[in-house]
Amino acid sequence: MSTTYIASLELASGAVLLSAVMTLWRRGVRSIVTMLSLQGIALAAVAMVLALHEHERALLVTGALVFVVKGLVVPTLLRRVSRLDPRSRESRPLVNVPASLVFAAVLIVLAYVVGTRITSLAPSHATHLAPLGLATVLVGYFMLVTRRRAVSKIVGLILVDNGIALVTFLLTSGVPLIVELGSSLDVLLVVVVLQFLMVSMRHHSDTDQLTEMKALHD
Amino acid sequence: MTLAIVPVGGVVASLIQLVLVALGGPLLVGLMAKVKARAEGRVGAPIGQPLRDLRKLLTKERLHARHASVVLALAPMVIVASAVVAVAISPLVSTHPLLGSSADILVIVYLLLTGSAAAALGGLDTGTAFGGMGSSRAMTIGALAEPALLVAVIALSIQSGTSNLPRIMVDTLAHPDWVLAPSRLLALGALLIVVIAETGRIPVDNPATHLELTMVHEAMILEYAGPELAMVTLGEAMRLGLLFSLVANLFLPWGIATHATALSLLGATASLIAKTVLVALGVALIEVRSAKLRLFRLPELLAGGFVLSVLAVVTGLVTR
Repeated sequence: MSTTYIASLELASGAVLLSAVMTLWRRGVRSIVTMLSLQGIALAAVAMVLALHEHERALLVTGALVFVVKGLVVPTLLRRVSRLDPRSRESRPLVNVPASLVFAAVLIVLAYVVGTRITSLAPSHATHLAPLGLATVLVGYFMLVTRRRAVSKIVGLILVDNGIALVTFLLTSGVPLIVELGSSLDVLLVVVVLQFLMVSMRHHSDTDQLTEMKALHD
Repeated sequence: MTLAIVPVGGVVASLIQLVLVALGGPLLVGLMAKVKARAEGRVGAPIGQPLRDLRKLLTKERLHARHASVVLALAPMVIVASAVVAVAISPLVSTHPLLGSSADILVIVYLLLTGSAAAALGGLDTGTAFGGMGSSRAMTIGALAEPALLVAVIALSIQSGTSNLPRIMVDTLAHPDWVLAPSRLLALGALLIVVIAETGRIPVDNPATHLELTMVHEAMILEYAGPELAMVTLGEAMRLGLLFSLVANLFLPWGIATHATALSLLGATASLIAKTVLVALGVALIEVRSAKLRLFRLPELLAGGFVLSVLAVVTGLVTR
């Protein structure tokens, strides 16, 4: 039982970081959102595994909440936005993809070097994995800084949030349910607001471009 | 340390491996071509076609370009010889092949690299534009795949604390849960990308085309004819067979013979064939589903492989 607990915890935490890296790798917004959805599911799996191991019912509820909000609802909303805006399919990053992947590798090593100092204070199977969450946060920040598209920036923001959630799950076996509820709904609210903002932005920029083209035509 | 005792089992295992890979490599190429043809709605050539091609080429006369030096004639031999040594010492059928104690992953990587370097030199030798272009592209891809490969090797050797391949196989057999460890899975993802790049399969190079804009490997061997072309093709097919079966064995080590009895060697041969065919089918499916990448997009793919292997090392260190 103990080895399956460790193995599944490692696998799920690894999947969270892997999907973060995959969002940097892929170009199409659609596949990026799919990766985000996978990350939400992996994060929920981490919470569930911890809950089953420590017999905490509250954490199980948190895991279910994470699964619904980050695995299903938020990706669906983002997918709807990307369908509204056909141009957002191709994201044009400030740093090109190979360079950002190499940078991500550097960030991951940095997170490992810094993270192991912290986790060695209270060594256990769960806390050892915390550097993976830290790396997810750093990769999320990197995405937030270097991507131009609004959708990609939202994805970066959610990556940071997921990374923080992973660290809290692993280090403290989860914050109280009410706090997690608050932060999850916060993210949901942010996505909804940004969705409206993006639709109106697109509306504006489109009309702007249209008038420019008319001016050229005249 | 003692040279007096020649391990008979090891010799037998190495011989079986050589025969398997020398015949199986071309058959794998044929199998993948067949799968692709079927997926595209064609009947396709029979699976044994690459072997027949080799037999036909061997009966043709040797032809060299007028300005070719000795490098052109030497390169095919180096390609085949390096593949033969790498196959003989790798743990494919048995965990105790001949010279298994020196079958470090790095040794095998650099044996195969010697073959690629020889192929590139052979391409450059005649001084034609095509050969030079092919060699330069092949070396670029090789150089980009190298970091990913080396870091993946480090990741694979974290779990058992050695980079000796037979040792890794034995340790993995003793700890079956290692196969599903995230570090091993990530390293295998990286290795798969590197293997596709090294064997010139579709997202990286299209082995079926002679279009000048797309070809890498075919441009490099354009000047070869007859028996020498057969040797180059055989060497490449053996490389492919070796890399596929190594990936298969690292992911699914079960079935490999740990003792040199006739029965276990027979079982190991059957399981190796099954596993390798599985890997080849997987790669063929990737080929069917994806288009060849532009040359300038390749660094993206290979940088992805590099990040995967770095991830593998970090998760390996974290979960140790």
